[in-house]
Parts: sequence; C-alpha cells; structure tokens
Amino acid sequence: MEKTVMDGGQALIKCLEAEGVEYIFGYSGGSVIPIFDAMITAPSNIKFVLVRHEQGAAHMADGYARATGKPAVTLVTSGPGATNVITGIMTAHMDSVPMVILTGQSVSWMIGKDAFQEADIFGITMPVVKHSYLLKSPNDIPRTVREAFHIATTGRPGPVLIDIPKDVSAGSFTADLHAEMDIPGYKLHSGKIDLAKVKEIAEAISKSQRPVILAGHGVLISGGHKELRALAEKLNAPVTTTLLGKGAFPETHKLSLGWLGMHGTAYANKAMCECDLLLNIGSRFDDRIIGDPKFFCKEATVIHVDIDPAEIGKMIRPQIHCIADAKLFIEELSKHVGKLNTGEWLKTLDGWKQKYPLKFKRQGNLKMQHVIDEFYKLSNGKAVVVTDVGQHQMWAAQFYKTDAPNNFLSSGGAGTMGFGVPAAIGAQFGRPKDTVIAFCGDGGFQMTEFELATAALHKLPIKFVVLNNHYLGMVRQWQELFYDDRTCGVDLEGNPDFVKLADAYGIKGFNLRRPGDVKRIVKAALAYNKGPCLINCEVEKTDNVFPMIPAGKRIEAMIIEAPKAGSKKLEKPTGST
Amino acid sequence: MINAKPIHTLSVYVTNKPGVLARIAQTFSRRGYNIESLVVSPAIDGNFSRMTIGVSGEADGLDQIIRQVSKLIDVLRCVDHTYDDAVVKEMGLIKVAVSAEERGEALQIAEHFGCKTVDLTDTSMILQAVGDPAKIDALVEMIEKFKIIELVRTGKVLLARGAETT
Repeated sequence: MEKTVMDGGQALIKCLEAEGVEYIFGYSGGSVIPIFDAMITAPSNIKFVLVRHEQGAAHMADGYARATGKPAVTLVTSGPGATNVITGIMTAHMDSVPMVILTGQSVSWMIGKDAFQEADIFGITMPVVKHSYLLKSPNDIPRTVREAFHIATTGRPGPVLIDIPKDVSAGSFTADLHAEMDIPGYKLHSGKIDLAKVKEIAEAISKSQRPVILAGHGVLISGGHKELRALAEKLNAPVTTTLLGKGAFPETHKLSLGWLGMHGTAYANKAMCECDLLLNIGSRFDDRIIGDPKFFCKEATVIHVDIDPAEIGKMIRPQIHCIADAKLFIEELSKHVGKLNTGEWLKTLDGWKQKYPLKFKRQGNLKMQHVIDEFYKLSNGKAVVVTDVGQHQMWAAQFYKTDAPNNFLSSGGAGTMGFGVPAAIGAQFGRPKDTVIAFCGDGGFQMTEFELATAALHKLPIKFVVLNNHYLGMVRQWQELFYDDRTCGVDLEGNPDFVKLADAYGIKGFNLRRPGDVKRIVKAALAYNKGPCLINCEVEKTDNVFPMIPAGKRIEAMIIEAPKAGSKKLEKPTGST
Repeated sequence: MINAKPIHTLSVYVTNKPGVLARIAQTFSRRGYNIESLVVSPAIDGNFSRMTIGVSGEADGLDQIIRQVSKLIDVLRCVDHTYDDAVVKEMGLIKVAVSAEERGEALQIAEHFGCKTVDLTDTSMILQAVGDPAKIDALVEMIEKFKIIELVRTGKVLLARGAETT
C-alpha cells in the first residue's frame, strides 16, 4: 500500500496521470483552487490548457478525444463554471465521445444551502452523462477516477462527471492510491461474439443480391475500419457511412457510396430504398438517416449490430440483431461469408453515381463548396477536418472526402453550433503533426471565437475557414423552401470584420471573395505554419444544400436538386427539427 | 381505478447510492412513461436496494425503457414481472366516514376482504387491507358507497416464486 501525506487535489492529479491523461482543458475558480494548486505541488506530465470560456474547454476535450480516440479531461469550477460545460457534455453524450469532466463544488456542509457559486451539477447533468459522481471523501478519489475513465472509455463511450466539493480536494488523503473499482452494475459486453447469430447473419447475407453495409461511428470507436474494408471487398458489397462514420470506409473506394441521410449522397439514399439487405454496424439509426421509420428499408432484411442493447429496435426493428463490438463482429463475420453475386447491383449503383453526382458551380459568386473542394485537393484529403454546424457542415462532409479514421470531426447528434473552433483546437493538441482545418459558418464561429486566443497562445497551426454568408444559412434554407421564403431571425447583420478580429489576436488573416482567388489563398493558408490563420470567405448568401430529405419524410421524397423557380410549394417537414 | 393502459410491474435491483432513484425516475419521464407506484427498500446486502415500480404504457415501448434502465451504471438488473407468476402484494389504508348506523355494514365488507380495523371513532374508521392489488381495487369499489375521506396505498411489492430470481 502506497501511503503518502497529500491532499485530495494532489491525489487527484496523481490518479489522472496514472490514467495517462495528457491534457486538462479548463478554467479556474474558487472551488477548484486546491486542484490548481496541486498541479504545482504534485508535479506531473499533464499539460493544462487555460481556455476563455468553459464551453470551449468541454469541446476541446471532445475534439481531442475524437481525433485521438483517447479521453481528455475538462476541469472547471462550481456554479456557472459547471453549468457552462453542459452543452459540451451533451454534445459528447449524443456522439458517444469519452470524456471525464471534473467540476468544483461548494464545501460539503454548504451543499443544498445555496452557497456562493453552488449549482447541483450532479443533478443537472444526469440526463446527459454516461455516469456521474459527487465525491464525499478525499479517500474516494482513486476508485472514482479509475471507474470514471473505465466507464467513459469502454462499451459505448460517453462523458463521466465527477463533482468535487472543495473540502474533498483540500482535505487530507489517507488511503491507497491504487484502489479497486466497485461497479457491479456496469454491464460491459464480454467481447464474446454470439456465433449462432453471426452464422444466421452470414446466411442472410449469402442470399442477398442487393446488400448495403451501413457503417456508423461504432466502427471507428472499435477501430474496425481495416476489418470493414476487408469484409466489403470480400463480399464485393457497397458501403455507406453515417456522418459520424465518415472515415470508417475510404470514401474514394469504388465500393463507397459516401454518407447517407438528410444531406447525404443521392445514391446512398436511393440504395436504402432498393437494397434487399441492410447490414448496419455501429449506427443508431438516427432520425437524420431513416426519414420516416415506417417506410425505411421496408423491402430489405435489416440487420443491426450494436454494442448498446438499448439501441436495438429503438428506431428500426431489425430482423436479426447482434450485441457486439463492431471490430470483433466484423472479424468473426468475415470468416463465414464469401463473394456475393453483386455485379448487377453495383452496376445500378454506379449508374446512380453518374446520374446524381455531388456538384456545384464554380462560376458566379464564390461557393462554400468551392473553398472546401480546394482545401480537399490541396491538402491531398489528408487533413483532420473539424466542422461547426449548418450548411457548411453538410458541404464539408460532401466535398471533403474522408479516407482515414478520426479525420472528420463534427457534432452530429447534438448539432452544437460553436463546436468547430474549440474542437479544432483540441484536435490539434492531440494530433500536433497533422493539418487541422476548421470549417465554420459565420454564425457558429461567433459562438466560440474567443478561443482564438487559446489557439494563438499555443501557436496551433489550425486553418480557421469562416464560410461567411452573413446568414444562418440552414434555417434560412428551410424558411425559403418550406415557409414561403419568410426569413426571420437568420440575418447576421453586424458581423465583425473577421480578418481584423484575427489580427487583434495576432492571427494571420486572409480575405477570399473571388472564385479565381481560391486556389492561391487556400495554398497560402495551408503553407502558413507559424500559428493559426483565419480565412474569411465571402460566399454566396442564399445557396441551398442538396440533396435533401425533408425531416420525417420517407427517403423516396428526397429532393436531389434545387427545385426550379415557381415549382410546386413544398410541405412543411414533420420530423424532428 | 381503471387504467386504459396495462400497468407493468418491474423489479429493479440497484446499488444503494445517492441519485439512483433520480436517474431511474428521469429515464422513465424522459422517454414518456409515467410511474404509477414505487417502493424502495434496502436489500439483504445493505449495499444494494430493491425497487418495485408500477409503470403504465405500451408493452412494446416498455421493452425499450427496460433496456435504458438496465443500461444505468447503478442498475444491476431490471426485470418485468407482469406476466410471470410472482407473489405481488400491496397494502392500503382507507379512512371511511361511517355513522354508528352504517358501521355494521362497513365492518361486514371489511371482514369479507380480510381487512383489519386499525382506527375507529364515532364518525369514521380506518381499514387496513393487505393483498393482491386487484383485491384492494375491489374493496375500494365496495366501500365507496360510504364516504372515503382519505386513502393511501403502498404500491406493489413482489418476489419471484421458488428458485426464480426477482
């Protein structure tokens, strides 16, 4: 037993180091002073990054985890410090991102008495965490930290919060640093694959002539991208991914259908309507991909493989399901299948790829797609792409093809505007040698732009691309298409001069207005490595994203190209937001 | 007490930690299910508690809720006992306004249902009924001919029979 004289804060830092924590993203405050003090008095290899707003800290930890697959830590103070990270926790929870959030809390004896900066963060965050703790004693720290990291990173990952009263971090620690975990209710999947299920699935696949593999984020989390590629090639079956699954299968591969869903490729969506078998591995059948669940893949045998039993049948009731880790499942399945007779099917799909390609016009006003496409080409498709949320996000996903895992980071389930800037910073910390490009709209960029200070301070060579249409474009698109073009609450008049703003932070700025300048400026931005740079792109104000499946409609209702002026009015969508 | 939707009885075995009840209650409310009754008591091993939850809703979606509840880190297991042969009991206390003339008939009903009279005054009495929830429903229906002043029910508790685990 290792017993040393230390306080709770020092024990905490030692435990975090033992978990291999590389970075803590955070913001100080009264109730966490003992923990900050411990960073000095209990020296470790952990690097602390001071952000400018707690939400930034949460998204940075998220971006770091998505880019590296390793959990990062967020450390904030009690009360408003803690409530400011809720959006970040919810974002990570929706997308199954491992994260450990440490919040300060008032001293134990003041809890429940409305003490200064007291917030019931344990209670407030309950619906958006995988698990949470309110510490009672310094001696509980080692066990709690071990459990928190174990829970955050295993099974279906997610955020775990530890609320730490000030007397716990300041109190003396008298226990063993190597405490055992005690979580008898944590039902982690054993890793053993149900062989009978795999054989049943292999049997169904062998009968299929028009199969599609749908790969979700689960494939990336399990690290099963290589196995997936081998399986698809063995079967000669096409693969589509979800937005978060981008990179689980190379999008430049001839069997790739790109990503599917509301703004996914027309051919991936059409394949959902025509396939006779859908093998979903590690996707939760989000409403953004299924449209109207009553009609989704009605003619097909639907197979659902997921690590989380609660996802089976939640949206779509599969004919066969298997609870398994994606990688282990794919490895096992590959042993039981052979090449399928998919020649005709692939020909049909290739026909659709020819007929309905993703496209945009390079003439006229500058298009977001043009800028994204140029970044794709000039970075050889190898950058870590981080997006914010909105039209630019969809175009970034369409035109920056992803071939490798953990290279496309985007807030999918939560759709959190303001994610882009801090998540890109977290990603660059985690992947210092890679090029990180943050595509942001002018709306989301302004929600967390203050973190430019963090990027500048640490000289992170991130390319912040502000795709500036002076509008909240996605909402404006819905208003135009479904609300007779009654635009309201979407005009971002009053935007600052973003290049001047960058300059104020000591960040190199570029203005991009003309299509003819795209190549030159993108090249210059990619070559600039002294620190971050910002490219303000004045783009077409009223462009719309297509294809589009109106929310809640069946996939067959997909609008592949912009409706002609004066064409039939579109009904208001019935699905979620 | 007629419910349009069937009431399911779930037994949930949990670690005895702060916040467990809140997490479970939240899981039900978030997914649109209403808890009709709830009994929490420590298990033999004091580190764990047992909850018996009566919940109304469609069986189809309930399956989903059970899996969401089972997923909680503090929950060891959550079992739907609605359709198995578990021993299900409940206690009800019913305060009835009865005059001296009515008392005889009220006591007769009470006796029929095996109730105890746990309080008796000139104008009222409290009946204690223990047993199958449906039996208590029937008692309430019968005794309603007098004025029921107040009524409280514990909610169902259950144990699986024989070698079965609750």
